[in-house]
Amino acid sequence: MTSTEERAAVRSVRPRGRRVPAELRNAGLVGVLVVLAVIGGVTRPAEFLNLNNVIVILMQASVIGVVAVGMTFVIIGGGIDLSVGAIVALSTVWATTVATQSFGIGGIVFTALVVGLACGVINGAFIAYGKVVAFIMTIAMLASARGLAIQISGGNTQTIRPENQALVDLGYRDHFLFGVVPPLVLIFAVVIAAGWIALNRTTFGRRTFAVGGNPEAARLAGLNVRAHTLALYALSGLCCGVASIMLIILTGSGTSANGNLYELDAIAAVIIGGTLLSGGRGTLVGSVLGVLVFTTINDIFTLNNLSTATQQLAKGVIIVIAVLVQKLLASRSPTT
Amino acid sequence: MALLTMRGIVKEFPGARALDGVDLTVREGEVHGLLGQNGAGKSTLIRVLSGMHRPDAGEIRWHDAPVALPNPTAALRHGIATIYQELDLVPGLSVAENIFLGHEPRSLGFNRRRAAERRAAELLARLGHPDIAPGGELGRLPAAGQQIVSMARALSYDARLIVMDEPSAVLANEEVANLFRIIRELTADDVAVVYITHRLAEIREIADRVTVLKDGRAAASGLPAATPTDVLVRHMTGARPEPRQPDRRPDTAPPEGAVLSVRDLSLSGEFADVSFDVRPGEILGLAGLVGAGRSEILETVYGARRATSGQVSVDGKVVRSGSVRAAVKAGLGLAPEERKSQGLLMLASTGVNIGLASLGAHSRIGWMDRRGETADAAEQADALGVRPPDPWRNVATLSGGNQQKVLLARWLLRECRVLLLDEPTRGVDVGARAELYALIRDLAARGVGIVLVSSEVPEVLTLADRVLVIREGRVVHEAPAAELDEHTVLALVMDGRTR
Repeated sequence: MTSTEERAAVRSVRPRGRRVPAELRNAGLVGVLVVLAVIGGVTRPAEFLNLNNVIVILMQASVIGVVAVGMTFVIIGGGIDLSVGAIVALSTVWATTVATQSFGIGGIVFTALVVGLACGVINGAFIAYGKVVAFIMTIAMLASARGLAIQISGGNTQTIRPENQALVDLGYRDHFLFGVVPPLVLIFAVVIAAGWIALNRTTFGRRTFAVGGNPEAARLAGLNVRAHTLALYALSGLCCGVASIMLIILTGSGTSANGNLYELDAIAAVIIGGTLLSGGRGTLVGSVLGVLVFTTINDIFTLNNLSTATQQLAKGVIIVIAVLVQKLLASRSPTT
Repeated sequence: MALLTMRGIVKEFPGARALDGVDLTVREGEVHGLLGQNGAGKSTLIRVLSGMHRPDAGEIRWHDAPVALPNPTAALRHGIATIYQELDLVPGLSVAENIFLGHEPRSLGFNRRRAAERRAAELLARLGHPDIAPGGELGRLPAAGQQIVSMARALSYDARLIVMDEPSAVLANEEVANLFRIIRELTADDVAVVYITHRLAEIREIADRVTVLKDGRAAASGLPAATPTDVLVRHMTGARPEPRQPDRRPDTAPPEGAVLSVRDLSLSGEFADVSFDVRPGEILGLAGLVGAGRSEILETVYGARRATSGQVSVDGKVVRSGSVRAAVKAGLGLAPEERKSQGLLMLASTGVNIGLASLGAHSRIGWMDRRGETADAAEQADALGVRPPDPWRNVATLSGGNQQKVLLARWLLRECRVLLLDEPTRGVDVGARAELYALIRDLAARGVGIVLVSSEVPEVLTLADRVLVIREGRVVHEAPAAELDEHTVLALVMDGRTR
């Protein structure tokens, strides 16, 4: 129907109404990161501004970051997943049992991914087809998954056995790419890239925005809203599986205490990253920046020997300020 | 004696004069029927009377003294209570709490629950419904029961005038009889009732006098309720018979063979045994009152509701019932009644909204062809005259008419065979309306079959080739539009009989 020339003509008029890429709205978060870096550099110049510390920050950000990527999809799609921390716990435990470990590293990785995915599918099936409210369903999953994790592990920390030590070694300096890039960070980068492409360049991403923005309109336009909702929770579960492999690499063990409060950290990162909690709008880059902001704050507080209590307090304050700033910006430019 | 006198009431909204000097006189203890087509000003008049709108000009006299009604509380204090179509009750509160919401009996700052429940019981008994428990949760009552509670609330203010906005719309037949009994008891106590309805039979049965509104004016005031249908309808449509719309497209015979066939479609409780055919290039109009089942028919044809029985086929192939995706695949498209809540992604751009139903055509194994999508969307936006035709612009910034065009563009891009339009010009200004009419005709000329639902009879008659008149879930009349006039259709819609 449309000839190449016509398309070219349309492209040529593009700048007229071109909207600001959503990613540019994240400039504020980059600013926050810079401010944090300055604060860190001033208060602890020796410890903060060195390569080791940066690597530590990035490695810590990687685990929760992968969870936040999945969470971003769920929230843009109009849902919420409160079970991510519990799914991470269950996945690490199931992947580190004696039985699983007997299948080698492949068995550990496979189990972690399948357990995460399965939990996500269960969430999604009940939410999409059973019409259980997402909040309730994922709280139920939060309780049961962690319960199952405790039951399987008997409350013990299951360490990685010597024959699978190669997996844990990935967390050590001598396995870093070029000596500076930890494999964990590389995994994070791959997940971000894949997530960004899925969200912004595929029909899956387009459907996510549509289902979250107006499920009724999406349904009446002929989209399969329920199947897509299920897929979103499955994706979040799969991200939890990936994160639990990373956590095993980082800690060399699996325990039912893993992933504690990940749901709060991930949701907070997504929200300060500019994603609407009501769905339909959001960016992946924002979520990643949100994760980096929180991890950097943790690092600065730890370096300055401030208590976790103060850290929590500061996190709360930052969430509120970030949301207020966004409201302010949003009211100034309603049509971005 | 006149209880209420309204003289020359004017109310203007940006771009529209909703009331253009309305006169209304209501006597004590009478039931005064209020008739008028959609947009005639009935709702605005009620809002002025209930204190929700302040008139720009005109005088309201209450008990023969000028009165100001600056807010709803003032109206209630004077004894003017309104029962809205959408009952404004709180489902989670008890019946008594609803009745006394905002004026709870209290002492020392504490609500006196017992006293409230006792007085609620008295009011409910007076309305002939001692069976409704004052302590029960309101949300558990059926619609008819909730309406009784609404009336009890009106009485709790010692109302002398109760305005009822289409009270029978939510009621079954036997419940309407009970409503009339209550109204008669109220009027016996000298309470006046302003009764708004589209059903002439009800006016005949319950009203003493009738006022007909047209275009923000009283076309006729205080007619006896026994006035023949003919005369009432003429007042509603204007004194002169409407001239045939000059821009009606010529009656070309559309090609034979239906693109959409609906056979004996029923949805229990909504409509029954609806059958019709739409040929390519034909516009079929469904005329009827709100609540007659028109939207439900469209939604069922489209698979958004699962039919109890009956069959829908496109190009001779049966479409799986209850599946929107099957309907869309078969070539149906719907521009729903509620543009914003059912049609558009208000956070997304015009281009994304236009492309929403054509994701498959603009992607390869899931990978979006964004350039192609934007170009195609821009082309459609341009062809339909969406202003601005910019595909990157947020759809929320467009006017109602342009948003409607975006919905049409969505289905054009998908090259749908049959387009279902539910109230396509609702909330659209006059200029954009003419444009939409031209567009819809143009679509038909291109061979798209169109089913049009509208509450506005002239709209149906202007656009449609053939008209089905729907009344209470049934097709009561079918005729070529050229053989119908507004008068006849309106009488059919309200009375169900030809003159």
